[in-house]
Amino acid sequence: MNAEKAVERAKTPEKPTVSPGRRKFLSGMAGAAGGGCLMAMGVGIYSRQASALPALALRPPGALPEAEFLAACTRCGLCVRDCPYDILKLAAPGDPVPTGTPYFTARTGPCEMCEDIPCIKNCPTGALDPKTLIDDADKTPDAKPSINKARMGLAVLVDQENCVAFLGLRCEICYNACPLIGKAITLEKRHNPRSDRHAMLLPEVHSGYCTGCGLCEKSCILEETAIRVLPPTLAQGKGGEHYRKGWEEREKHGGSLIGDQLELPVRGLENKRFGDTRVYEDAPTNTGSGDDPPPFDPSLLNGSDPERRP
Amino acid sequence: MIARTQNRPGQDAIASKGWLVAHKWLLLRRISQLLILALFMISPWFGIWISKGSASSSPEQEAVSLVNTGNLVSSLPSGLAQKAPPPTDVFWIIKGNLSSSLVLDTIPLTDPYIFLQMLAAGFLPAATAVVGALILAAFYMLIGGRVFCSWVCPVNMITDGASWTRRRFNIKSNHAPHANTRYWFLGGTFVAAALTGTLAMEWANPVSIAHRGLFFGMGAGLWILVALFLYDLFVASRGWCGHLCPMGAFYSLLGKTALLRVAAPLRDACDDCMDCFAVCPEPQVIRPALKKAGQDTPVILDSRCTTCGRCIDVCGKQVFRLTHRFDQRSSS
Repeated sequence: MNAEKAVERAKTPEKPTVSPGRRKFLSGMAGAAGGGCLMAMGVGIYSRQASALPALALRPPGALPEAEFLAACTRCGLCVRDCPYDILKLAAPGDPVPTGTPYFTARTGPCEMCEDIPCIKNCPTGALDPKTLIDDADKTPDAKPSINKARMGLAVLVDQENCVAFLGLRCEICYNACPLIGKAITLEKRHNPRSDRHAMLLPEVHSGYCTGCGLCEKSCILEETAIRVLPPTLAQGKGGEHYRKGWEEREKHGGSLIGDQLELPVRGLENKRFGDTRVYEDAPTNTGSGDDPPPFDPSLLNGSDPERRP
Repeated sequence: MIARTQNRPGQDAIASKGWLVAHKWLLLRRISQLLILALFMISPWFGIWISKGSASSSPEQEAVSLVNTGNLVSSLPSGLAQKAPPPTDVFWIIKGNLSSSLVLDTIPLTDPYIFLQMLAAGFLPAATAVVGALILAAFYMLIGGRVFCSWVCPVNMITDGASWTRRRFNIKSNHAPHANTRYWFLGGTFVAAALTGTLAMEWANPVSIAHRGLFFGMGAGLWILVALFLYDLFVASRGWCGHLCPMGAFYSLLGKTALLRVAAPLRDACDDCMDCFAVCPEPQVIRPALKKAGQDTPVILDSRCTTCGRCIDVCGKQVFRLTHRFDQRSSS
């Protein structure tokens, strides 16, 4: 009897500590967790890689800064639907623009700068934020957003070698197309050294006014445009945060912050208007007697100063 | 019960109820899916706009009225993604896409899954999106989470097509991932959103890509959808919708307590023909209700059920019906 039991016991293997059912459950769970996380990781990495916005794709007016915009835009296309000129597109997968987000291309379809800015009115999340288009100075509660505050990009005259104006020819198409003519683009007169008798009227963009609408880029007569709207980050330099312009600070504070500069005359030219910065034209004139410096005498410029002779 | 292969389920039902009744819910679902798609484009395609009335008109004239801007045929554009320029002083019936939309120029809708991704990415959206997400979340919570999957989602037609082809050609290969993968994936998309600070999933979400693509330009998204079809056809049965889709996972969690449910009140009449299991996109949800496995109520309570009603269609014994979750009527 006992021997039989022993044989029986030897035949049955020891009970596994983890039951097959539990093992299956755990491995299934691990598989699901691994697979799910792997896919999410793929999505995350892909989204990072595909977040770059090409320089020529411009966001609609009032768009938040790009990093924030990619968290805020639901890609619903209400701005696309509301654009009366139908210039906005939602990026399709495979386009070099973050999938589903709205953009326009200035050269083919610039922003027409509607005064009522219909494209931002229905944005559900605030990815296109009217608040960014309100004048900072205007603190009234019913302040209206203005399209002129938009900064979709910044026009840059990228090619002075091919721009017709720089060749000395009349063009000014970009200047005339600009909705902020005379402010965002001005014409600077320069002498034309080639003909030596004409002026060159050179377009110059001013970042304080340029909205980045792209009407100038659209209108450029060249086969490849010489003026391009670029993202402000590409178009503009930026000084160090600590940097202050002395002349601006002096104006702001009504005087120099570091006290008046110590000014010394050129040795040997003390009290001479042309050698001593302490001598000003409006200094009290005198008759030449005593220690006062003599009045300015143009003949001194010709080296005829008797005092300088040994 | 007739012994047969499962490649043409529903023959019994067609014989006993007629073809139309045996496809009732399927047809209704397709109508719903196509109608929702069409509503987004009906205004420009057919020139049907809703008039606001101009500012100078009397109050009676400001009442909402349908206007047809003329020739139906001439206003049809050549391409799906094109649109005729809308006349002034009118608005769309529904504008936008499934991610966010504006109904009748007043009611905002925002997909709650995308809304949560936005929060995870660290952006607090404007009130319009909050209201829109609350409206949709409340609707799906109340009616049925995955009602979205079977009655609204455009990808459903693709994966249903793959499933039908699979049955018809008796394709048996099945390397489906664990059905819980989607929940991990869902959680992972929120983590990815938080880490990247973007709506990471929206770069690759086939659901939004499909719907947006139809009306805003498909681009390479077409190949994502083709790949999805082939995956469901040759690699995994119901692979995307039933195992991977984070959106489906989200809506199934949202619909945990949803009211609209399928039940098997006449479960005694079941002759084990297995037709319902063959057509069901989530076959595991049927058994507890039909066979009293671990539950007594005949209601399919599993929130992974998409409430598509296809089991009601294909059952020759009329075991199933669409009802509410508290309907305890049962033949046993």
